[in-house]
Amino acid sequence: MQEVIERYAERIRSAAAAKKPLRLRGGGTKDFYGQALQGEVLDTRDYTGIVAYEPTELVITARCGTPLAELEAALHARGQQLAFEPPHYGPGATVGGMLAAGLSGPRRQAAGAVRDFVLGVRMLDGRGDDLSFGGQVMKNVAGYDVSRPMAGSLGTLGLILEVSLKVPPLPFAEATLKLELPQDKAIEMLNHWGGKPLPISACAWSDGGLTLRLSGAASAIRAAQEVIGGDLMQTAQAEQFWQAIREQTDAFFQSDKPMWRLSLPSVAPPLALPGEQLIEWGGSLRWLASNADARTIREAAAQVGGHATLFRAADKSAGVFTPLPPAVATIHRKLKRAFDPAGIFSAGRMYPDL
Amino acid sequence: MNEGFRLLDPVRQSAAVKVLRAILPAEAVLYEPEDTKPYECDGLSAYRELPMVVALPQNEDEVARVLRACRRLNLPVVARGAGTGLSGGALPHGKGVLLSLAKMKRILALDPVARVARVQPGVRNLAISEAAAPYGLYYAPDPSSQIACSIGGNVGENAGGVHCLKYGLTVHNVLRVRACTIEGEVVEFGSEALDAPGYDLLALIMGSEGMLAVATEITVKLVPKPHTARVILAAFDDVEKAGNAAADIIAAGIIPAGLEMMDQPATRAVEQYVHAGYDLEAAALLLCESDGTVEEVEEEIGRMTAVLKQAGAYDFRISQNEAERLRFWSGRKAAFPAMGRISPDYYCMDGTIPRKRLGEVLRFIAEMEKKYGLRCPNVFHAGDGNLHPLILFDANDPEQLRRTEAFAGEVLEKSIAVGGTITGEHGVGIEKINQMCVQFDPKELEMFRAVKRAFDEEGLLNPDKNIPTLHRCAEFGRMHVEGGQLPHPGLPRF
Ligand SMILES: Cc1cc2nc3c(=O)[nH]c(=O)nc-3n(C[C@H](O)[C@H](O)[C@H](O)COP(=O)(O)OP(=O)(O)OC[C@H]3O[C@@H](n4cnc5c(N)ncnc54)[C@H](O)[C@@H]3O)c2cc1C
Repeated sequence: MQEVIERYAERIRSAAAAKKPLRLRGGGTKDFYGQALQGEVLDTRDYTGIVAYEPTELVITARCGTPLAELEAALHARGQQLAFEPPHYGPGATVGGMLAAGLSGPRRQAAGAVRDFVLGVRMLDGRGDDLSFGGQVMKNVAGYDVSRPMAGSLGTLGLILEVSLKVPPLPFAEATLKLELPQDKAIEMLNHWGGKPLPISACAWSDGGLTLRLSGAASAIRAAQEVIGGDLMQTAQAEQFWQAIREQTDAFFQSDKPMWRLSLPSVAPPLALPGEQLIEWGGSLRWLASNADARTIREAAAQVGGHATLFRAADKSAGVFTPLPPAVATIHRKLKRAFDPAGIFSAGRMYPDL
Repeated sequence: MNEGFRLLDPVRQSAAVKVLRAILPAEAVLYEPEDTKPYECDGLSAYRELPMVVALPQNEDEVARVLRACRRLNLPVVARGAGTGLSGGALPHGKGVLLSLAKMKRILALDPVARVARVQPGVRNLAISEAAAPYGLYYAPDPSSQIACSIGGNVGENAGGVHCLKYGLTVHNVLRVRACTIEGEVVEFGSEALDAPGYDLLALIMGSEGMLAVATEITVKLVPKPHTARVILAAFDDVEKAGNAAADIIAAGIIPAGLEMMDQPATRAVEQYVHAGYDLEAAALLLCESDGTVEEVEEEIGRMTAVLKQAGAYDFRISQNEAERLRFWSGRKAAFPAMGRISPDYYCMDGTIPRKRLGEVLRFIAEMEKKYGLRCPNVFHAGDGNLHPLILFDANDPEQLRRTEAFAGEVLEKSIAVGGTITGEHGVGIEKINQMCVQFDPKELEMFRAVKRAFDEEGLLNPDKNIPTLHRCAEFGRMHVEGGQLPHPGLPRF
């Protein structure tokens, strides 16, 4: 596999010398996400495979091109999981793409996001240098934490070669409940339950219906069911349901309207915006299918202390990500230059000047 | 270690005092040696240096103005929380300003419904949990120093605690950090939502030891207190068996609320101090905690007990009530101060290792005890592999101090050699800066320096800490060669 790294490094060095942009790409399942796609494709799938997996250390290290499905299958075989339930958005999803996209699924509300599970990365920077940060152990504060910020960097900082992730056990038991609640009441109850020691691991509200997933010890689930009430969903149906939320194959996500991702404080009241909403993460994540103009949506999100991303849309001229305040944007530009002095990696995918 | 002495430059000092006094009230600018003396070191007291000036701002605006002034005068700035750090991160700069955040200790807002608290950096870790307690909530990371250490310092070191295997480190429990850059600009990393646009600078600022920006306001997550918690105290006749038992618990799909180990020298040292009732004949004790609903805890304790029996524990005790639970923990929580009772000084190391290499590393430490003629009890966050060997020595004897440092250096390098890291939660500071040259190669170190420059072009925030210069690594490499024990002969050197 070392020769693959050398090939990638060579490619990067010549692209840097020629100032020709490179587009880092795995299975292309997240091509829709982000701003522009510029440059020649560098396919990360040649560097593939699980490097090390130690179930008793709760750590797995995999190469960027490893299919996400293969990684998850290996974990499930040993009773472990990627607790942040990353969306695949297609059979081709790779581990590197998952990290670069930085997206998390339904269990994020209880378990944490991709970045919370990153222990270390090995990467090629814009000079083609092979660098390792973090490591394969659970706690590590040697040097700055350069690994976690790779999550969600959309390939703008470098080519992620390998990542080490913390992999917790699968829950002993799960149950899914269904309740009828209007939006304001659902948000209120989600926050109320959030303050109680209840094993809620996922939620999805849309169209007057709230679905809740409980995960943990069987006894804890039984106790929580008493508190929450609602109707129990059949196991197979529940699995399909959460899969459809995670992969956005649920009918809600098939809307023709632009799909916005609103990340808000969980207590934010229902936003009076035109369109349909689906709420996850205990009230912190609100999907909005809406034709309202970008400014209205961004202002509504900002007003309650959140931000709005134009997640899926044909027309992205309004900007995919919320613009950064000037001082923070300056830090971004300097970091980008530190990792990628020639500015070749996934130029413009996140912000026009990164 | 350093002599704790640099010649003071009176002209530079009076210029700094004058400028700071225009920003802060007179009593918030200290420069007489008797006033600056309390700031000369942090928890790593072997390193001392009097700061040229101490500034004690009361709010964010004052922090911003002090930083702007320091930049103008080209003065190094060292941020300090409670000064409990164990790696010299808050060691002052003799020609710079020690910026104490101790006066900024207000809890600005606590929202029990949203389960967040917005606090100033000088707020003590435990004070947050105390304020949240009436709502059945708490702030999860619980370093043993939690009655004293500040949340700003926790951010500075990405502090952990005995419950962090299940509940996470500081990085997992902070939503937003407001901070001042050296330019005196206020910036926000993270948000009150679960993420923020752009790069995850919130993660980058965690554990950055005051070298990127000064935190002025921190929004933390509060989590519901579990209904109940119980702990198993298991005794083993062999340390490796205890280490393997910890691995077996994990392999059984359990993430205990706490999983801690102490070896016999450690239990013997703490027992005379706290009277926890530990079995002093055991080669190692394992503390395994479960929390949750009563039924859930019952279920998990049953599961863990079965695993521990299988793994060869020869005795168990399960806490029957809260008082007993706290007593079982008391020895572990007081391990560091207890060492202070049985020895004039102790030197706490902080490597993280893959758990399966525990036996090998403990045997190595035992050899080093013989080689250097110093005792070294061990406490171990067994769940996450973070090992705290505690070398006992007398700092008044320079010869012992020298041996201690050499001992510690070898253990750190052993941690790297087995695939671990030189620091799990205490930070690099000044203490482990040489070993950074072993853990990272020159290009990685250069990337760290570039990250630093992205925040602090002139290198004024906590200079000479955490990230070694090229020159320093070259020096260190030479020293090692002279000692005849170059750790990684294959690595490129200068
Ligand atoms: C008895 C004892 C037990 C301990 N147990 C643990 C433990 O279980 N887990 C653990 O992780 N640590 C532990 N520690 C170490 C220490 O308590 C932690 O590192 C703690 O986070 C330091 O907090 P502080 O307020 O004392 O910070 P300080 O020591 O004052 O500073 C620490 C670092 O943070 C920087 N800093 C401080 N405030 C700010 C700010 N506002 N903005 C930016 N940078 C800042 C400083 O420059 C310095 O680099 C222990 C220490 C002792 C003495």
